[in-house]
Amino acid sequence: MSNVISVSGVTKRFGRTRALDGLDLEVRAGEVHGFLGPNGAGKSTAIRVLLGLLRADSGTVRLLGGDPWKDAVELHRRLAYVPGDVTLWPNLSGGEVIDLLGRLRGGLDRARKRELIERFDLDPRKKGRAYSKGNRQKVALVAALASDAELLLLDEPTSGLDPLMEAVFTDCVTEARERGRTVLLSSHILAEVEKLCDRVSIIRDGRTVETGTLAELRHLTRTSITAELAGPPDGLADLPGVHGLRADGGRVTFEVDDDRLGDALARLAARGVRSLTSRPPTLEELFLRHYRDGDARTASGSTRTAGGDARSVNRDARPVNGDAGPVDGDARAASGDAR
Amino acid sequence: MTGTGSLVRLILRRDRLVLPLWVLLLAVLPITQTAGIAELYPTERGLREFAASFGANPALVAMYGPFTHWNAAALGVWRAGFTPVLLGLACLLTVVRHTRVEEETGRRELLGSTVLGRQAGLSAALAVAASANLAVALVLLVSFTGAGYPVAGALATGLGYAATGMVFAAVGAVAAQLTESAGGARAIGLSALGVAYLARMAGDSTGASWLSWLSPFGWSQRMRPFAGEVWWPLALSLAAVVLLSLAAYALAGRRDLAAGVLPPRLGPTDAAPGFGSPLALAWRLHRGPLLGWSAGFAVFGAVVGAAAKAAADTMAGNARLMEMMARLGGSANVADVFVASVLSIFGMGAAGYAVQAALRMRGEETLMRAEPLLAAPVGRTRWMAGHLVFALLGPAVVMLVLGVAVGIAYGASTGDVTGRLPGVTGAAVSQLPAVWSLAGLAVALFGLLPRLTALAWAALALFLLLGQVGALLDLPPAALDLSPFSHLPKLPGGEVAATPLLVLTAIAAALVATGLYGFRRRDVG
Repeated sequence: MSNVISVSGVTKRFGRTRALDGLDLEVRAGEVHGFLGPNGAGKSTAIRVLLGLLRADSGTVRLLGGDPWKDAVELHRRLAYVPGDVTLWPNLSGGEVIDLLGRLRGGLDRARKRELIERFDLDPRKKGRAYSKGNRQKVALVAALASDAELLLLDEPTSGLDPLMEAVFTDCVTEARERGRTVLLSSHILAEVEKLCDRVSIIRDGRTVETGTLAELRHLTRTSITAELAGPPDGLADLPGVHGLRADGGRVTFEVDDDRLGDALARLAARGVRSLTSRPPTLEELFLRHYRDGDARTASGSTRTAGGDARSVNRDARPVNGDAGPVDGDARAASGDAR
Repeated sequence: MTGTGSLVRLILRRDRLVLPLWVLLLAVLPITQTAGIAELYPTERGLREFAASFGANPALVAMYGPFTHWNAAALGVWRAGFTPVLLGLACLLTVVRHTRVEEETGRRELLGSTVLGRQAGLSAALAVAASANLAVALVLLVSFTGAGYPVAGALATGLGYAATGMVFAAVGAVAAQLTESAGGARAIGLSALGVAYLARMAGDSTGASWLSWLSPFGWSQRMRPFAGEVWWPLALSLAAVVLLSLAAYALAGRRDLAAGVLPPRLGPTDAAPGFGSPLALAWRLHRGPLLGWSAGFAVFGAVVGAAAKAAADTMAGNARLMEMMARLGGSANVADVFVASVLSIFGMGAAGYAVQAALRMRGEETLMRAEPLLAAPVGRTRWMAGHLVFALLGPAVVMLVLGVAVGIAYGASTGDVTGRLPGVTGAAVSQLPAVWSLAGLAVALFGLLPRLTALAWAALALFLLLGQVGALLDLPPAALDLSPFSHLPKLPGGEVAATPLLVLTAIAAALVATGLYGFRRRDVG
């Protein structure tokens, strides 16, 4: 198994607060891995543990086959890092900072530096104090992307960039992947993650709550249903696994846990379905669910992993195709509830 | 001007500790000096003798200004003659801190988007400085009249101080409009302060007294507190305050928020060939302070060195003073004693520079500027080493410059440069083990207790206090021995003792090693 990063059960406390509380993270060679979580979830702490800037209290951390705390200098030759909040030296120009960081990593490609500066539309002559947040971010991005590092650790790298620059960034990461680089991308911008990432880990309160490909994550969770019923949706609200039920006359919308989908559809069918739309949750919905009601889940202490979870068994026997529009509810519902 | 009141409250809230602290500290210095002199010389004869010996000392005249009268209050105010410089410094930094720093960090923008007048920030900073200066004046008035000294003298002292403080607050206000960076504004303001002080110094010590009339420090001194007060120089200060403030408002009204009047300079597109190591970066970060301290030590060293012989000649007649100086300086040759005591004060200054340079590491860490380097293939020790070069060798350069400056000037005044230079330079350099042990303390704190690095400053303040008043207060030797400076041989003139120098150097080395070890093992950030 060629994991570039493998973290398991890592904890890190700062005084009384637990920044990391049993974090697991597997990043495979050559993939772009999305690292998602609400503010304060521990993303930056995790990255700083991976950089050997912080020492994990317990658990194991392997990075590029080494121990990030003990082998920091050796490992850092092979990676580049963009911090979430880039601060520059007020009296150094952006170009000087890029050269400094590049030379520390063993030299950088001048032509590539120039090309990236051009693409990111950066004025490298300005002094650190004169840059806006977005421009400071660009300095760090150019320094990292101009390097030959095999692993890129990017901590919310686009937080200060405008949409145009975000697009440039997306291109650069895509190119990096094509060249065989591994990227750990912590981000809040879901469109970016959906576009770029092969696999995603969602963390909350210092522990991993979801990990897998986007497709896997979607299948694991809830399906959004909109249906026109012949009668009122009696009994649907009491059904376990049904969330956010809204009824407007005969029209109902709700989300249902995938393992309860069959029950829900059977109940709908019993009311007489006129039309039915189902779709997998968007990443945004996935997110919001973890951000809002992750408490119950983390309290149970379980980390769900796509493929390794019993509930994912019904993935193949999924009764309602995700992207399909209205389907014939009666027929599918009857056959769908196989379990 | 809308919103000035809220901004004043914000400043007071942010500075609620620092502001009262410097106001009180600076305001009580003159009465403390006066009380000390009154206690040491209870008789008129004693005071006259003290006045005659000190007042004729050209080095002291250069440092404190012309001597006015032999009474205790006039002497006390004269001896506190450096306080207005510190007050000007505090006012200058306060105004820059609440104007340009706020703009540079972008906080002003946040506030500026609310209901706030364009000039509110400037007005609030000047208002706070004015209140602080009035508070200083009030404390001076109350403390002197409370101790039974004449009201007129107390008032002249207070108003003179407040006026000087306000002039430099206004200088700060102008400087804050000129550059985009707070550092640049501070440099401009500090240069103005330095020029004003040097002008007065040159005017008072060379007899070209018109030079002193160019300096705000000269104006307040020529109000002659407790020596037949003269009030009209106050008008000069007030006029300067008004003109400078108007200039600041005019500049502020013409420029954009966060922009400066002087255009920011652009840097190079590519770094110079050698710029690719933690040491090279450290040089860029430390060279400014190193050059500044070196220049300052060179100028003051030359002034003090040139005055040493004259000082010795005037002091030679005063037995009591000789005894006191000998205790501080340790030798029978008065000029040597004078030089030795001055060198030890400069040694404290160099220790301040050493602590400042060492704690730069903590600054880099908390500002998250250590992170990009430590995330590159740079080990923690290598990163620290870059800064340690300047924290340890920087003070060495500065003391060497001082030694050479004092040695040449002192030698020139005695007509024996080749004879004096090596001894004085050696004496200056012999301060280094004590300087290094403070740098070592700062490094050890950085490695082991990074949140408590301010303790290094506290230790320096304690040692300074022990060195200045410890001998006069007859403190127990154990207390005095706490200070590394008390173990240094008293040079030039005293006996060269290698053991304390070696022991102090070893202690410094052990402290630095502790810091290196600690930083390797702790979290960064």
